[in-house]
Order: sequence, then C-alpha cells, then structure tokens
Amino acid sequence: MQIETNLDNSATPAIGEVYADTVTPKLSKKQVILRALRHRSLSAGLFICTVLALLVICAPLLTSMDPNAQDPMITFEPPSFKHPMGADAFGRDLFSRVLYGGQVTMLASLCVVVIGAIVGTTVGLIAGYFGGAVGFVIMRLVDLLLAFPGILLALTVAAILGPGLSNGVIAIAAILVPVYARLVEGATSEVRNLPYVDAAVTLGSGPWRIIFRHILPNVMSSVIVLTTTWLGIAALWITALGFIGLGVQPPTPEWGAILNDGQNYITLAWWITVFPGVFLSLFVIGVNLIGDGLRDELDPTLARS
Amino acid sequence: MSSYVLRRLISIVALAFGISVISFLIIRLIPGDPVIALLGTNAGNKELIERLREQLGLNLPMQVQYITWITNVFRGDFGYSYGNQQAVSSLLAANFPATIQLTIAALSLSLTIGMILGVVAAIKRNRALDTATMSLALTFMSIPSFWLGLLLILMFAVTLPWFDVVGGTSLKGLVLPAVTLALGTIGFNARFVRSSIIAAQVQKHVITARAKGITRVQVFMRHILRNALLPILTIVGLQVGQLLSGTVIVETVFSRPGIGRLLVQAILAKDYLTVQAVVLIIAIIYAMTNFIVDLLYPVFDPRVANR
Repeated sequence: MQIETNLDNSATPAIGEVYADTVTPKLSKKQVILRALRHRSLSAGLFICTVLALLVICAPLLTSMDPNAQDPMITFEPPSFKHPMGADAFGRDLFSRVLYGGQVTMLASLCVVVIGAIVGTTVGLIAGYFGGAVGFVIMRLVDLLLAFPGILLALTVAAILGPGLSNGVIAIAAILVPVYARLVEGATSEVRNLPYVDAAVTLGSGPWRIIFRHILPNVMSSVIVLTTTWLGIAALWITALGFIGLGVQPPTPEWGAILNDGQNYITLAWWITVFPGVFLSLFVIGVNLIGDGLRDELDPTLARS
Repeated sequence: MSSYVLRRLISIVALAFGISVISFLIIRLIPGDPVIALLGTNAGNKELIERLREQLGLNLPMQVQYITWITNVFRGDFGYSYGNQQAVSSLLAANFPATIQLTIAALSLSLTIGMILGVVAAIKRNRALDTATMSLALTFMSIPSFWLGLLLILMFAVTLPWFDVVGGTSLKGLVLPAVTLALGTIGFNARFVRSSIIAAQVQKHVITARAKGITRVQVFMRHILRNALLPILTIVGLQVGQLLSGTVIVETVFSRPGIGRLLVQAILAKDYLTVQAVVLIIAIIYAMTNFIVDLLYPVFDPRVANR
C-alpha cells in the first residue's frame, strides 16, 4: 500500500511522464484549450452547438407558448411576427415546439452516447485487459453484432422493446456498445504490455485499479473522439426513429416526430417540415465539426490529413 | 493464397451461423406470448393459436426449435405473415427488386460523385476549392436523409415536376430516392478519397517517380490514384450494408415499395416473422458482400494474401 501511494506521488515522476517530457513540451491546460480554439472547425462547431443549446435551454424565456397548447384559430398559420415559425395542424405554435423538441432530441442523443460509451468502454477494458477465454468470447460476440448494419439492429431492438423514447435510446445505445468495445479492446491490449503497467503489477496494484487508474486515462482521448463522432449519428438515428413513429410518442415535441407531422401536410404547410430540419441539420453539422477538430487535436493517428 | 481463402471461408460460415442465431432469437425475445403477438387481430382464434404454437414449436428445446426454423429457411419458408395474409417469402420476393435497384443506383452515385469530389479536393489541397468541397461533404454527411427526402418532395412535387415523386419504380421515380439515399455516403467517400490520396502522395515511390522525370499527371494517375483507390474497395463492402438499411428511411419517405418499407410496416404492425426474415436477409447480404470484397482484395493487393 505504502509503495503504491509513492507511485502516484508527483514528486517521483511516473515512467509515462518521463517519456512524455522527452517527446513534447508539456502544455498547461490553458494553453491546450487556447490552441484547440484556434482550430477552425472546432471553434465553429462549438459556436453552433453552444448557440443551439442556449436557444433550447432558454426556451421558457424565448417563448411564452406551451408547445402542446392547441389553438384552432391559428391552424396552419404561416410564419408571422407572432408565430415566427407558423403553426401546425392542431394550431400549436411551431417555434415553441421546435425549441422544446430540441431539448428532447439533444438530451436523448447525449444519453445514447453516454450510455453506449460507459458500457462499451467497460466491456472493451475487461476484454482487452484480461484477454484469454473471456476476451475471446466477448470479442467474437462484438464481431457478430458489428456484422449487422447499425440502424437495422437498432430498429430490431426498438421493435422488440416497443415504441417510446427511452426504448429508442436503449436500442441505439446498444448498437454503440460493440463499437466502443472494439476500439477500447484494441487500445487496451496494446497498452497493457507497456512497462508502466508491468511496474504497477509488480508494485501490487489490483487489476481494477490498473484498469481504471492506469489504462483508462490512456484510451480516453480515443473514446472522446469516438463519442463526438457518434453523437451526430445518434441524433440522426433518434430523430429517424421519431420520424418512423418508433421514438417519442405524440404529443411530446421532438425534432424527428415534428418532421413526421410535417410530412403529412408537406404541400400545405412547408414550415412544419423546414424549420425543425434546419435545426437538426445545424446540430449535426456542429457536432461533426467538433468531432473533426477533436480528432485533429487529440488523436493524431486518426487525423484526416 | 488458398489458406487465405480458407480462413475467410471459415469466418463467413461462422458469421452466417451467428447471424442466423440472432435473427432466430428475435421472435423468442418478444415480451409476453409471441404467438399472441404474431397473430395480432387473429389472437382470438383458438385453432390458429394452436397451429402456430405447433409450427414454432415453442414448447420444444431451443436447439430443436432452431433446427426446425433454419431448415425451413433453407427451403425458402419464412412463415406466414398474418398481418398481410401472405407467405413472408412472397412478400420478400415482391419487394426485393425495387430495393436492389435503389441500392445499386445509390452506390453508383456515391462512388462516382464521392470520388470526383475527393480527387478535386486532394489536388487543390488547402486551397479555397478544397475547403468548399470538404465543407460540402461534411454538410452532406450531417443532413438527415428523411429531411432531405421531404425537401426534395417539397421542391419537385410542388414547383418543378421533373421527376416522379412518390410511389413508382420507373427510372424517373428512381432519381430522387437514389440521391436522398446516397448523399451521406457521397460526403463520406469524398473525405475518404481525399485523405487516402494525400496519404499516397507522400510515399517514397511517388517521390522517386517524380525524380525520374515522369510528369505530374502521369504520376497522379498511375502511382497515386491506383494506390489511393484500393481502400475504397473495403468501403464499398461496408456501404452496401449501410445503404441497404438506409432504404428503411428513404422508401418510407417516398412511399416506394421495397424491403426497407416492408420492415418499417412490419415493425409498426408487430408482424415479427417478417421483421425476422428481413433482418436475416439484409445481414446475410451484408456479410456476403464483405466476404466477396475480402476475396477480391488480394487480387488488387497481393500483400494481403501473405499476411
């Protein structure tokens, strides 16, 4: 125990730190953030996503309309000063539906990647660290799940679980588990043979301590890059489920579900289709820009050029 | 070479077996009594319940159920769709051609346009045209296909009646769905081709070729492009699966017949035998395409076979 605390003490540099110092000069956190912000696509993506998040979070301040309140007087009213995005077939104010719907879509997409990342990373760490029969069985199962096109598997899981937002989130998160497991398993089995892991084993650290204290930080940047890449896809799939009718059930507003409403009146009321789609596309563009930037900054092996 | 083929063959057989087991489990994982769920509105019919229970053999051990099921599948018998009052196999046969047509059209679009954009961007690397092309590619990847489909319908149904918008399987009716399905992969391929050209440009044999005095154009065509386009082969394998399952959305938006729309309708109607059959078939096609790609790869890159 005594020796172990010594290893974590910053007075005696850990092996990885010595190597890191010889390769690149160490940047402070502030310097890293400043350098990242100079990255064009990263800052553009952050800007788009922040604006959208603020709009969506501040919905109660921006509109006094209840997204589900029906007013027969304004059925299919085109965009006007009072209703900036018009109204739908039930006379509901579309501006407030798009803002409140954004809360649902954005939160659900975040939940998908967070659940998928936590479960998948854990599975990958276990398979990669312990290897052997356990790792073999886990990874063959992962291969098998990856043999199905993602959205197809998500639809099937959603079909088994039945319609509903939380079932949709679970279905899509389940698709992400093998994706994370494959990436993390590869990285873990590489890292686990490095001298610093051997050192920790020699000093008596248990497997869980090594996995979470020494290996996880090493694979974290790849996990973060993968998460931003998949956040955009998760948003596309969540809204696709809503659009098909398997996601959020009416009358809850959600971008995909609103687009499903719009489809029926497309020639009559273009605004129901156009506005939520613009918001959704902007969100996915923003997330993808952040993903590109983070990949350049954090994961040079995956950099585009 | 032959050991490479043998290894691929063993792995595709194992994969096909795994896919069939997962598809088989779909019916067994439905919460509640699967027979009642399968019969839907016919659930009151005692005789049908008995017949279906016997057919699925739900009281038998799992491995016996699986063997019965897989034998029937090999005979082309996927069960009976009570919702559609039709054998699942005839539903598949009726819907398949339209989906294959759509997928092939979209794949050709995404390969040709994606490659052109990627090559242009790589040649004009870090210039305005590169930035513009790559921004376009990112936008293509980010636009949800169902929204794009709706926008195209809005544009061409109302203002410009150039294409048939909804329903038909004619060539005129194929244009908009194919573009909708392909857009995301066009964006992906453009980025992929650009980065693999850039990676190929810095290889030593390219520098040698330039040093020997071969013209820029010749070096590009013979030494860079050939190497850069090889990884595209792998991508094709992956994209067949992506496009096939993308038809789920596109066929629904355009009300176009096909197995994608069949799957959505089956899911909404809880017609699980049809769901099971469509999932099995798409996954098997996906696996087979990747198998063929694996076999073709050493033909273009002999190094692979020796690994």
